[in-house]
Amino acid sequence: MRFVDEFRNAEIARSLGAKIAALAEPGRHYKIMEVCGGHTHTIYKHGIEDHLPDNIELVHGPGCPVCVIPMGRVDDGISIATRDGVIFTCFGDMMRVPGSNGSLLDAKAAGADVRFVYSPLDAYKLARNNPDREVVFFAIGFETTAPSTALTLMRAKTEGIKNFSVMCNHVTIIPPVKALLESPDLRLDAFIGPGHVSTVIGCRPYEFIPADYGQPVVVAGFEPLDLLQAIHMIMLQLAEGRAEVENQYGRVVAWEGNLRALQVMQEVFELRPYFEWRGLGFISQSALKLSPAYADFDAELRFEVPGVRVADPKACQCGEVLKGVIKPWECKVFGTACTPEKPIGTCMVSSEGACAAYYNYGRFARSRARAGA
Amino acid sequence: MAGLEEEVLARIERQRKLRPRFRDHTLTMAHGAGGKATHTLIAGLFAPAFDNPALAPLADAAAVEIDGARLALSTDAFVVKPLRFPGGSIGELAVNGTVNDLAVSGARPLALAAAFVIEEGLDADVLRAEVNAMKEAAGRAGVAIVTGDTKVVERGKADGMYIATTGLGVRDERVRPAADSIAVGDRIVLSGTIGDHGTAIMLARGDLEMDADVVSDTAPLWALVEGLIGAVGEHVRVMRDPTRGGVATVLNELAGDAELGIVVDEDAVPVRPEVKGACEILGLDPMYVANEGKLLAVVAADAAQAAVDALRAVPGGEDAAIVGHVAEQPAGMVLVNTTFGGTRIMDMLIGDPLPRIC
Ligand code: SF4
Repeated sequence: MRFVDEFRNAEIARSLGAKIAALAEPGRHYKIMEVCGGHTHTIYKHGIEDHLPDNIELVHGPGCPVCVIPMGRVDDGISIATRDGVIFTCFGDMMRVPGSNGSLLDAKAAGADVRFVYSPLDAYKLARNNPDREVVFFAIGFETTAPSTALTLMRAKTEGIKNFSVMCNHVTIIPPVKALLESPDLRLDAFIGPGHVSTVIGCRPYEFIPADYGQPVVVAGFEPLDLLQAIHMIMLQLAEGRAEVENQYGRVVAWEGNLRALQVMQEVFELRPYFEWRGLGFISQSALKLSPAYADFDAELRFEVPGVRVADPKACQCGEVLKGVIKPWECKVFGTACTPEKPIGTCMVSSEGACAAYYNYGRFARSRARAGA
Repeated sequence: MAGLEEEVLARIERQRKLRPRFRDHTLTMAHGAGGKATHTLIAGLFAPAFDNPALAPLADAAAVEIDGARLALSTDAFVVKPLRFPGGSIGELAVNGTVNDLAVSGARPLALAAAFVIEEGLDADVLRAEVNAMKEAAGRAGVAIVTGDTKVVERGKADGMYIATTGLGVRDERVRPAADSIAVGDRIVLSGTIGDHGTAIMLARGDLEMDADVVSDTAPLWALVEGLIGAVGEHVRVMRDPTRGGVATVLNELAGDAELGIVVDEDAVPVRPEVKGACEILGLDPMYVANEGKLLAVVAADAAQAAVDALRAVPGGEDAAIVGHVAEQPAGMVLVNTTFGGTRIMDMLIGDPLPRIC
């Protein structure tokens, strides 16, 4: 793991921090949004804010796949999971997301066969090994995870496996970012672009951000030094009055993305006309469903689901948090009624959610700790 | 702004200090994972129901005094899948787990009772192997297995077998562990690398399709405890056995009990590269991963180096290190100085450690 340690060197971090501080104009407040939940997690886990001057604020964005799943989708999932003969599979974090009447984990405790898997392929193997059961995979994630769902479905089709289906909740990253840029309650200076998503879609889709909104975008990796370096690149752009898309994560992200992955997605999915995002409401053309060629594998068609829209709990301010309008601790129920063990909102569930990251890692007076109390 | 944030944080801390109430409708895996839900179950249901002075500290082992004899009593149930894993097996765990709860309470283990719940259809050779593993482990730990019980349940009921053991020990005069003796400046000492056991089990379950050379660290701790208290016994504030929930959970309990802050230097915590790598891939933090043969001690600052030297002189303690210290702030919490030069909180484990996605 020397590979990892290289990207966590405190010396380099301090010198980058100093360079960033030197670029920040005194008296100006900078708001930089990291779109991706993976970045939010890294920021808190490694304490990146300790290397930044006070007038650079990191605003957490909507790119946490678990956080954006609305209650109604969880309810639909549970209605499938509780049927006789079904093995319902999903990623670990997803099991704790509350629906209107409990989470998948609660359904499991009440007797449903809900299992967590590491990949859609694991779910598919379960289907092959249990031919007398219906195995359903609850697919979530941005363009990062969509290709592996697509590949699994292609395999199921070729191998003629009939007892496997997917409840598709894949979403796309650009529409919510556009929605944010259009939103009047948020003024940002720049974006840190998501790393994993960009390995698939490349850097081109972000070009409208500098072109139409005049804001820099730097696509960044997931190690703490990656993020600091990306912030440095952003500050350079701002200082020099430039606004363009730059790629800090060149060791992994190709400018054009991964054409093969985009191709398989093309084949298996099509855009939904609209999709509900937790806290953000309906966003048009922001999610994927299975294409007609794969309709046989669509769990929403195979099983009847209520498909009811459930309003978020009144106390929940996840929408504002996902949009970066408020800080997690500004939500009225943060840390009291809503905690990771009893989450009200989704941002408190996933380790990539801003509320959970802040609660788990950042819930202390940084200034006092820094003073060495 | 900052003032408001601090106010919110203070409100949360006040709420966290209230005695947890157990209000769940059903038991979930989280109640057994050793983190917050387990804590709520114990402090909210068991402790108030059984309330008595020996139970009250909710320690690894209860201190009981019978006609002047200073004894310690501890019990533990073992449910592991798979029954055998690299570096150990359920039988060995069943012995080590209980003798270690005694050892970290400062008690020399004397005798064990063992109860077996066996699934119908279990291969007798599997049982023979576990009985043998227990015999050998008991020999290494210097205890006798003096009584037991056997039950067989229907097929499909007990993952092959479950074992519960209860241990009796006599408390050593050289150490008086008590969480309320922890003071600002004390050092946190670890006897070796963390996360080995939990990682070995996760890899042995095989659903990760990942190969790494990680073996469980299951081992009896009395030798390490004796080495430590022989050298600096009167400076040892408290000892723990960071099993389920890992080092993070133990440190949180200590910080909570002492109402002081604990500051950990991430760089100083010994972690095998293979364990670090596997955890990195799984999105887990080794600090939360179970250990079955590690000693964590809080020692007065002046005696900390001597404590490390003493541990290093005992086989199994070669990687002993000072990994942190006790501070005034943040009270009741554990703060980590990250390798990266930043800071973060390390909270108690929430739920079952479920690997995250991406
Ligand atoms: S504290 Fe809970 S309800 Fe409030 S925004 Fe965060 S997750 Fe949503």
